[in-house]
Amino acid sequence: MLTLQFIPYSQISSLGPEERIKKILSLVKQEKIILLEGRLKQQEEADLIQKTMEDIDSKFTGIELSVIEPDEKDTSVYNRARKFLAKVLLGDRQGFTVVGPANIIKEIKKDPEKIQLLMKETKTGSKKKK
Amino acid sequence: MIEILKRFFNTFFRSLFKGKKQVKLGLYGPPNGGKTTLANRICQDWLGEDMGKVSPIAHETREIQIKEQITIKSKGKELSFNLVDTPGIATKVDYEDFLKHGMQEGEAKQRAKEATKGIIDSIKWLDDMDTVIVVIDATKDPFSQVNITIIGNLQARNIPVLIVANKIDLKRADKKKIEAAFPQYKVVGISAKYGTNFDEFYDELIKMA
Repeated sequence: MLTLQFIPYSQISSLGPEERIKKILSLVKQEKIILLEGRLKQQEEADLIQKTMEDIDSKFTGIELSVIEPDEKDTSVYNRARKFLAKVLLGDRQGFTVVGPANIIKEIKKDPEKIQLLMKETKTGSKKKK
Repeated sequence: MIEILKRFFNTFFRSLFKGKKQVKLGLYGPPNGGKTTLANRICQDWLGEDMGKVSPIAHETREIQIKEQITIKSKGKELSFNLVDTPGIATKVDYEDFLKHGMQEGEAKQRAKEATKGIIDSIKWLDDMDTVIVVIDATKDPFSQVNITIIGNLQARNIPVLIVANKIDLKRADKKKIEAAFPQYKVVGISAKYGTNFDEFYDELIKMA
């Protein structure tokens, strides 16, 4: 059964970078798709890829990862200032991060206003949209 | 706070020694974007030799490759650097993908293992770069998280970035989409395979570095 697990930012905010990555990978390896409130730091995203590579074997083939942030395309001065202010107040809490196992998710397409999770046909044959 | 201090010292020491050592110019991007084809083109243009093997199968480059002492010239200015070609960064490596290209299981598993190690090395080498060219296949979706993660990490380290929209010789290529995805960066459209628009590429490279 396909599971989509929501993780509120409060669940990872107190964790260190290694623990965050460990938590995410542990859930993904249980074949769960994670919808994380907010985003990882840039370095943590790179570390997540690195740790994923270290763990790859014939069963675990990696992850699909995507971050959606509000108004990514809008580069007007007003909106950039608004985004900056929101970032100062909310930190990494803005937007959503989707992480799932690569053996279930074929591809995550970003529009960038929406995320499309294209599932592998052998498992579900369906398409999910957010 | 520690992160900010770390970044400050990285930038400070990088600028302090920039004039004394050879600049490390890295080629980064997802697999099959044309990094090695671009490396070969640069090496052919300025050294008259190739740098590495290219292949339509992903993860052909699985080890960091360095070509030292390349000097390029454009509009009366020149730039000397050590060119670092890195394995393509991906979030997944499935040995079964290599079976589709006619490889035996053992060979495919070995290639997958080497590919994962190559990706780890690419990420580790990010800290050593002075300047980076991010090579993006202009026929593919530029909003992939790998592109965003690579560019975000370079930005966090204050490393200058030039984005190359490669494969513009192909009909499906869309340089504007890449420009829209990364509006804060200069994007140069090239065909590394055919050497298209390399005057602008070398000019922008010198300007950036």
